Amino acid sequence: MIALIDYKAGNLTSVVKALRFLGADDVVVTQKPDDVLRAEKVVLPGVGHFRATQLLEDVRLTQAVREAVAKGAPFLGICVGLQWLYEGSTEAPETAGFGHFSGQCERFPAEFEGAELKSPHVGWNSLEDVRADSRLLRGVEPGSFVYYTHSWRAPVSADTAASTMYGGAFTAAVERGNVMGVQFHPEKSAETGLKVLRNFLEL
Amino acid sequence: MLTKRIIACLDVRGGRVVKGIQFLDIVDAGDPAELAHRHAAAGADEIVLLDITATHEGRGTLIDTVKRTAATLFVPFTVGGGIRSAEDAEAVFTAGADKVSINSSAIARPELIGEIGASFGAQAVIVAIDARRGERGVSDAEVYVSGGRKPTGRGVVEWAKEAEQRGAGEILLTSMDTDGMRNGFDCELTRAVSEAVQIPVIASGGAGSAAHFAEVFTVGKADAALAASIFHFGVTDSRALKAEVAAAGVPMRLPC
Repeated sequence: MIALIDYKAGNLTSVVKALRFLGADDVVVTQKPDDVLRAEKVVLPGVGHFRATQLLEDVRLTQAVREAVAKGAPFLGICVGLQWLYEGSTEAPETAGFGHFSGQCERFPAEFEGAELKSPHVGWNSLEDVRADSRLLRGVEPGSFVYYTHSWRAPVSADTAASTMYGGAFTAAVERGNVMGVQFHPEKSAETGLKVLRNFLEL
Repeated sequence: MLTKRIIACLDVRGGRVVKGIQFLDIVDAGDPAELAHRHAAAGADEIVLLDITATHEGRGTLIDTVKRTAATLFVPFTVGGGIRSAEDAEAVFTAGADKVSINSSAIARPELIGEIGASFGAQAVIVAIDARRGERGVSDAEVYVSGGRKPTGRGVVEWAKEAEQRGAGEILLTSMDTDGMRNGFDCELTRAVSEAVQIPVIASGGAGSAAHFAEVFTVGKADAALAASIFHFGVTDSRALKAEVAAAGVPMRLPC
């Protein structure tokens, strides 16, 4: 069973649809810690404000995810779900992140190298520096395009599995052990996105 | 590198894609789900489904069409036409849309922009603006509603800025002066709006060739461009179009 955490931030239809299309029959959309604890895999999707992740702590889901991850269940955070894996975000400084990866998520700068930088970053951008040992990005070629829509981004670190250039490099995908995240929307990224989700399902 | 987007638009009435020339001679152009998939497979970066059904009964058909189209579509999918409330928006999101496009209803009640955004995020709200140049040209371009029939007295740039401030995620700007003419987009108007807002601007109206797309991305500073009729009946497909636009130096997603 795959637990897809619903924290009331946006539309989960597309993610559920993509997972089912790839053959995951047992997807449970849930807010219950018990479902997360008994799940084989956990997905945290999300569009919206970082503040919405506060609900995870409030309904004891953070602790459930900590236990599930410690037991070895693969975890995938999408968009704000990736950002939550870091220590926090300047979008909602009072809300703590999961802290699995170090660093803070910050807003795109208004200017980069002397030119105005539009924000949000919306559209198809390419994956660069794809880490060869990434299980999530197995078979994904550098230069493959994925779909983004976001205004905050995570910094590049040793755990970065791929980066994307927009106002400098940011973390497109992050992975250490069984904990993974993608800033882009795999459910909206055509064949490349489906490949990433398939890799996750096959873990 | 962030690429410019080519968006395929399907006008749908009574569950079928229709194509008209200047709102006349409307002919059947096929099944929405089938055409959406064909466009996505041919490299369209996004699909917009615009419901031009005027009747209440048509809404049920629309939801069914959205469901069928979204079922196996894995690129961003926008639905517009007749969305007057947050409940209308929720119904199409639940059916599988990623974004909604609102037009007359946003002018009538601008709070709607924020209401949909509060539940589904700003990225899910596109404010569509139908614009016509005034006597002084771009500087007094005016917003029209009700399918381009009613002038509102509102300036295009000023309304685009208000829509952004109220939480719109993108602006879909259609020039009524160039629409359907296939002589190119209104680059001057597109640029004026694009420079006035931070959010992406999708240009629409007037696409006739690859050179027109290249021009609206460079001169018009558009982030995306939308075309409907040129994609139907095999006039051209996105892959061929994108290859030509890329050859003109514009970053494009060229899969396959």
